[in-house]
Amino acid sequence: MKNIIGFIRQNFTFFSFLILQIVSLVMLSSYSKSHQTFFGNWNNTVAGTVNSYYNEWAYFFDLKATNAKLVAENVALRNELAQNFMPYDTSVKSGTLILRKDSLEKIRKFFYYPAKVVGNSFTLQKNYITIERGALQGVKKDMAVISPDGSIVGVVVEVNDNYSKIMSLLHRNSKVSAMLKRDRIAGSIEWDGKSPDILLLKNISKSASPKIGDTVLTSPYSSSFPAQLMIGRVTSIIKDPSSNFLTLNIKSATNFYNLEFVYLVQNKRMEAQADIEQKGEDNE
Amino acid sequence: MNNLLKNSARFTLLLLIQIIILNEIPPIHQFITPYLYFIFILWLPFGTSRIATTLLGFAIGYSLDMFTNTPGLHAAAATLIGYLRPTILNILLAQEVSEELSKEPSIATMGWGPFMIYLFSMTFIHHFYLVLLEWLQFGDFGYFIGKVFFTSGMSMLLILLAELLLNRRKLKR
Repeated sequence: MKNIIGFIRQNFTFFSFLILQIVSLVMLSSYSKSHQTFFGNWNNTVAGTVNSYYNEWAYFFDLKATNAKLVAENVALRNELAQNFMPYDTSVKSGTLILRKDSLEKIRKFFYYPAKVVGNSFTLQKNYITIERGALQGVKKDMAVISPDGSIVGVVVEVNDNYSKIMSLLHRNSKVSAMLKRDRIAGSIEWDGKSPDILLLKNISKSASPKIGDTVLTSPYSSSFPAQLMIGRVTSIIKDPSSNFLTLNIKSATNFYNLEFVYLVQNKRMEAQADIEQKGEDNE
Repeated sequence: MNNLLKNSARFTLLLLIQIIILNEIPPIHQFITPYLYFIFILWLPFGTSRIATTLLGFAIGYSLDMFTNTPGLHAAAATLIGYLRPTILNILLAQEVSEELSKEPSIATMGWGPFMIYLFSMTFIHHFYLVLLEWLQFGDFGYFIGKVFFTSGMSMLLILLAELLLNRRKLKR
């Protein structure tokens, strides 16, 4: 007995090495799901904390790719919206309901493209936004531009091969047809060049009864914008006794300061509409 | 005290480098996962006792295992090189060098030849044992041999780079 203890004491290092090896090998060979749950608790608190920090960092560096994926997904989803499809009304009897969705896209009215913003101004009187998508990628003049949260941004005014210039809502000459959501009375959205947050809704008939906080949407009369997109909310009402119209101050729903991606909206029937509107004017 | 502090910092840093960078980089080849963490064992001072290197080997190996979900795999390999380290050093070193106990193994303290042999044998033993254990679980001899050689080569390259980059000869006292 004494000999054995002496032997162990002499070779203490070797035995501890042996024990550690055996412990490791046993752990390795008996590793399984149940084992993981048994030992996992303590291990996971340590390793889990480090891994979650690490993931946060890794996620940060992946944000760019993630963003691009989300934009692509959003465009795909947006293009599927039912409001993009408007069949021509072929009913002759009143009361006929037409619900048709054809796969050849003949009834598609609006089509969305994503675009990355590469230039943006909001401090001038005439503000423009530059995007990295041009005629070669399907952009045409007069296409509407909306922000990722569905509020409107402006209208394409210049296009070259790979870039386009957008006249922002914050532009002295910008004019977009809009309506009050409450009573569907149409007016037009303009900007007075004062504050980038505040737009003006002009030419609202005095028969309207707008209240502070009312929502303002795009009207169905615009040839570039789809109807019912968010523009902003009424912040104050300016009454002008000398005119038949009201002017409303609108808090813009679009944040023009941090635009990164925008969507371009193509109205596939815009030319036809413009054409017929032009013809009316020729008659005068 | 200073030594203890330095080595704890090394322990943590090497572990983090191994987990965050080397285990995450996209594989260059199916054989190659570079290992750097065990230079912690290689760089311990000459005077560290065999029992200490063995236990430290187990500690750093098991810590790594917690993150890779392979309990015991790296622990076994690191324990083995921890245990064998004094033997290899005794064979390689002249008597007077191994007496300066607070110095650490490096090109400057050992010379190019002995250090390369030390590095090669430790790396090879570590990888051989590590991959052997993996192989016993999955079983594919070609994979086993290939992985031992390529991973050893890659790891040695990395360790040598670390050695030259950090230029530890200037830090020695």
